[in-house]
Amino acid sequence: MLDQADGYMTADGRQIGPVVMEMKNITLRFGGVEAIKNISFDIREGEVRAIIGPNGAGKSSMLNVISGFYVPQDGQVLYKGVQRPQMRPYQVAQQGIARTFQNIALFEGMSVLDNVMTGRLTHMKTGMFSQALWKGRAEKEETANREVAERIIDFLEIQAIRKTPVARLPYGLKKRVELARALAAEPSLLLLDEPMAGMNVEEKEDMSRFILSMNDEFGTTIALIEHDMGVVMDLSDRVVVMDYGKKIGDGTPDEVRNNQAVIDAYLGVVHDE
Amino acid sequence: MPTDLLYGAEVVLNGLMAGVLYALVALGFVLIYKASGIFNYAQGVMALFAALTLVGIMEGQVPFSHLINATFGTNIHHFGWHVPAFAAILLTLAVMVGFAYLVQRFVFRHLVGQEPIILFMATIGLAYFLEGVGDLMWGSEIKKMAVGLPQGGSLWVEENTQWLGFGNEDFYGFFIDKLDMVATVIAVILVLALVAFSQYTKQGRAMRAVADDHQAALSVGVSLNFIWILVWSLAGFVALVAGIMWGAKSGVQFSLSLIALKALPVLMLGGFTSIPGAIVGGLIIGVGEKLFEFSFGPMLGGATENWFAYVLALIFLVFRPQGLFGEKIIERV
Repeated sequence: MLDQADGYMTADGRQIGPVVMEMKNITLRFGGVEAIKNISFDIREGEVRAIIGPNGAGKSSMLNVISGFYVPQDGQVLYKGVQRPQMRPYQVAQQGIARTFQNIALFEGMSVLDNVMTGRLTHMKTGMFSQALWKGRAEKEETANREVAERIIDFLEIQAIRKTPVARLPYGLKKRVELARALAAEPSLLLLDEPMAGMNVEEKEDMSRFILSMNDEFGTTIALIEHDMGVVMDLSDRVVVMDYGKKIGDGTPDEVRNNQAVIDAYLGVVHDE
Repeated sequence: MPTDLLYGAEVVLNGLMAGVLYALVALGFVLIYKASGIFNYAQGVMALFAALTLVGIMEGQVPFSHLINATFGTNIHHFGWHVPAFAAILLTLAVMVGFAYLVQRFVFRHLVGQEPIILFMATIGLAYFLEGVGDLMWGSEIKKMAVGLPQGGSLWVEENTQWLGFGNEDFYGFFIDKLDMVATVIAVILVLALVAFSQYTKQGRAMRAVADDHQAALSVGVSLNFIWILVWSLAGFVALVAGIMWGAKSGVQFSLSLIALKALPVLMLGGFTSIPGAIVGGLIIGVGEKLFEFSFGPMLGGATENWFAYVLALIFLVFRPQGLFGEKIIERV
């Protein structure tokens, strides 16, 4: 399936483009522990790609490899068809890969708007000295960036808390602000680490809606990690399933659902002694 | 107006200006602490080193001349030129930026993620290292800071405040040091510039981001290394300004590095993370110790300025450990 190089059309009529990110034979070790064992998969432009698996399967490690926080011992990362040299996380971000964190990493002391504006840092070109000397250009740039930030704040329905310091927000809203900051970077690949962890049903529905319309309206390519099988199946175009650092399944939600290895991993299996 | 009240007012004014000088030193601490969580014990020595370098460059001194002479048996001390103050300040600034780079490259880059106490120890080492380098480079004689800052009391202020005495023969008008006035103006400009920088520029925003959360800062494309070099450079710049002011006041000598100790109570009062806190803390300490000396000093045998600031800071620590403007410590259970 899906071997069309230039992409394909989904059932609901969205165009899925060529491969943006390709992971080739990635192996990641922490001391003697292999967190990721020789895994390959790709992410296509415009799709919602999920990585699922039980606790400790290595999902977050995989996301950290993509975003440069972890450096794999083996394997290659190909971004937009070019092999990526070893990079620091901030360089990866500058390449257009934005992310959120499982435990939320926000600038707690800043307002919501300031947080979202930091998402625009990679788009700010004027340097320190021209900002001091050439007020006009810096101001124009600031206004343009501000407009993008405000548009995203509107989109994620957090206008009411624009000026509130993040530290005062409840958990669910913090998750949304973090998403806003990542989206503000207008990333070519957006990585979401358990965007719905710890949320109630209503918040989960909101978040799912945002993820789908983000993908639909802005055409954002999204790779997300999720625990909850049900949510993932509704959201994603393709799913990678991991268990104990190995890839045990890869395909459309339907294919994965009927994969015996996946069922075993999730439901447990009786081993013959 | 009664003479006592007039003297009191003069004491307050002088206290405010002394406070500005304390605040200048405290500011350097706050900058680095906010951005990297490092309490930089070396801030005072940085001020000394900047002052030494500035004077050395202006006078055309050959750096490491003692070392060179001892090694090669030569006898050189001066290049024989004099560099104008403005150019020398720029050159010194370049030296401080270079210092910032070296500190980040060879010390703190290797200590990322270490306990605060380890980072603090590193800055203690840095302080004594830098003091030694300063001695080796420029010699240990006391030098004059001749950058053209005005000295002495301001006659203008004295003449124009004389009327406040309303014919009182004992009152000659307020005595205010010209240097203190200049320092105040410079400190105000410096603080406004720093605030504008951190609020309205890309690098300023990135700096605040790093101060708040390293991981999050990385994820929005901020290089921690670059920001830390920037912050140490800024602290070096503030140290240079403080070094010039204190150097002009009391000569460039190695006891200058002790002004760092004066900044400690200022920080306890104002909070380690607040730029306005450093200013207000400095002013309170400046005014407080002068007023205390003025009103109780004679009773207690004088020299209360040596300890008053610390007692005030201790009292503050008990009732408001985060300082006046520090971030509130809330523990969620």
